[in-house]
Amino acid sequence: MNILIWAAVVLIGGAGSVARFLVDGLVSSAAGRDFPFGTMAVNISGAMILGLLTGLALTHNQALLAGIAAVGSYTTFSTWMLETQRLAEERQRREAILNVAVSLVLGIAAAALGRLIGGQL
Amino acid sequence: MPESSADLAVPGVSGPARDRRQRARVMLPRADRREIAAIFAGGALGTLLRAALAEAFPHPPTAWPWPTFAVNIVAAFLLGYFVTRLQERLPLSSYRRPLLGTGLCGGLSTFSTMQVELLNMLGAHAWVLAAGYTAASIAAGYAAIHLATATVRRVRVRR
Repeated sequence: MNILIWAAVVLIGGAGSVARFLVDGLVSSAAGRDFPFGTMAVNISGAMILGLLTGLALTHNQALLAGIAAVGSYTTFSTWMLETQRLAEERQRREAILNVAVSLVLGIAAAALGRLIGGQL
Repeated sequence: MPESSADLAVPGVSGPARDRRQRARVMLPRADRREIAAIFAGGALGTLLRAALAEAFPHPPTAWPWPTFAVNIVAAFLLGYFVTRLQERLPLSSYRRPLLGTGLCGGLSTFSTMQVELLNMLGAHAWVLAAGYTAASIAAGYAAIHLATATVRRVRVRR
């Protein structure tokens, strides 16, 4: 493991976070802001891409850069939980529960689908 | 609550005018250069920490994924703390939320890795582990946000 790999992790992680911000903003302004569709779209698409990557035969460093750094920073757990808690706090319990359940079910399904596609490539 | 709802809300404008303005935002996402730079810097640091932990503590698919679990819960607590403090306690700042919230906490935490870990557990027929990991992540993540929020709000606003 050399310094170049870690420099790449830093740069790719920054880029993945910016990509998350842009996609979240696009989806949120298109789908409305009453429900956190932006984070959901980011997380489910990221789960699918990571699933696809695990279906490919990547080397250790490739998996670190593409999987852990790029897709890992693109998706977010903390914002998902923050938005869920804020929904519940505003007495939107149904939306809060849906935000958790739909993200989980679609997230695992997307990862499985991605792996299936990756295995065919 | 979306990350930048305050920035995109159009108060006092409704009907066709608002629709037009919102469509314009869809075509041209706001891309403040300083905000993007702050997100990049925070995300780079968060990702470095998460990747270093993942490299330092590799685990088989049927073991509890401590690195992912730890960064997710810590990031949830930090995000709850930062967002509540920045929104309800500190004066408006243009770079703190993107740097600390969207960047650092977003880069530190990960959803996709958790989903693939769950998929691996299900593939190994480790049903109890998968259910436990899911329940613990959500319960602890939610509790972390709640606790951080309450901690910030307990301190009275100084005037």
